[in-house]
Amino acid sequence: MSTKKSSKKATKSSRKPRTKPAAKKTVVKAQRAPAPKRVAAKAAGKATVASAADFMAHAYAMEAEAAERYAEFADSMEVHNNREVAELFRKLSRIEQRHADQIMEQMGWKQSPATSANVRWEGAEGPETADPTELHYLMQPYHALQIALHNERRARDFFAQLAKATKDKGVRAGALEMQEEEAEHVRLIEEWLKRTPKPDANWQTDQDPPVLSD
Amino acid sequence: MNTPAAAAPLTAQAYKSDYKPIWCPGCGDYSVLSSFTKAFAKLQLRPENIAVVSGIGCSSRIPAYTNCYGFHGVHGRSLAAAAGLKLARPDLTVVVASGDGDGYSIGGNHFLHACRRNVDLTYVVMDNHVYGMTKGQPSPTTEPDWDSKLSPGGTGLRTFNPLVIALAAGANFIARAFAGDPNGTAEVIAEAIRTPGFSFVEILSPCVTFRPEQREWKQLVRPAPVTSTEDAARAARRIMTDDGMNIGVLYKADRKPYQPPMGKGKKHPSDLEAEFAL
Repeated sequence: MSTKKSSKKATKSSRKPRTKPAAKKTVVKAQRAPAPKRVAAKAAGKATVASAADFMAHAYAMEAEAAERYAEFADSMEVHNNREVAELFRKLSRIEQRHADQIMEQMGWKQSPATSANVRWEGAEGPETADPTELHYLMQPYHALQIALHNERRARDFFAQLAKATKDKGVRAGALEMQEEEAEHVRLIEEWLKRTPKPDANWQTDQDPPVLSD
Repeated sequence: MNTPAAAAPLTAQAYKSDYKPIWCPGCGDYSVLSSFTKAFAKLQLRPENIAVVSGIGCSSRIPAYTNCYGFHGVHGRSLAAAAGLKLARPDLTVVVASGDGDGYSIGGNHFLHACRRNVDLTYVVMDNHVYGMTKGQPSPTTEPDWDSKLSPGGTGLRTFNPLVIALAAGANFIARAFAGDPNGTAEVIAEAIRTPGFSFVEILSPCVTFRPEQREWKQLVRPAPVTSTEDAARAARRIMTDDGMNIGVLYKADRKPYQPPMGKGKKHPSDLEAEFAL
């Protein structure tokens, strides 16, 4: 098993562009290996991640799915003329996708090793994937950051549980480092939220509402 | 179902068009669209070998958001158009998208006979228990006591049970899925496409605008506690006694799909034209 600098770490460090300071680069032990055809492992808790390569495939699927969801959110907000939040979601999507791409590069994979369609999580989706029912057309950046914070916390807990459950030393090392990194992101977003204006109590009020039956 | 592509593997993204969906933020139909494209990618179908046919309503906008062939047809008549297409072009994978109003009310009769005919179609109904596009009227699956300005005190009407109806009418494959589980839903849709005959997939797809309480569905759905059965009587008992929140494939049989022999009795278009001339 070779050791490489984790591009995921590098990307994650640039995760919060404008307002987040850069996190330090760390190292993940990962095996350069052909892409697994199917990752059948379950997520944290009952983890059956068999190897460091499987672990990275999970990490890839997690990032790619999160990127896709944030892109959908950005599209939705653009269509509804909420451009500030659309821009924020677009940025989050780009960052997550960059993480996914860098995992591919780091592992030397030519094709996606796993997608959300062939990784089955304990829940319905990956731990970093945002819940679509949380959106509102009048939402503000503060709300978007709350969604991101929730996802980062889930990602942190996922890696913590995985590290606890696995018997593979390489997987455990990687999971612990990821856990630490996600914990850092949680702290950074918490800081970011402190600097972001809190919506007033009537943020959902629309003088010309599209819904007439309320 | 058409044969898998031989070229480079297609990703889910390859099936999306450049049009951005105009559904309300938080609508479950976004996830269903994602499930469609994931299912197509899972089966590695070429976009030009898929036709997505729909009627009218929020859910019926789906064809525009894929880059497959699409037909956004008349309210409630998507199954008629789709059956005609499949019978004329059996080489195509035909997937039909509908909603609970379009599919169970306006298109209710077509639903019955599509199940009965068992043409090789996959019928996906996004059920949110309301007419969303027209601002929140009760649909056939709306609970009798759902109180709103448009139905004060509720309709008091018994809800339509589409899965039981589909079973009784002869559908060959019956499943329930949840939009909040797009990966699981993609697997169900892929299995529905793979299964010959009429496959019916009901997807609980929350309408957060008119039915915000449906956000709670994610806490209520659960995998069906039993595997699918090919015994219709057993399936009927299961479907009629569950609370509508069990997801998964509930019934799967092997009835031969309806497909008339091709090329026999075929008329030249000019003959048909003459036949219908006024």
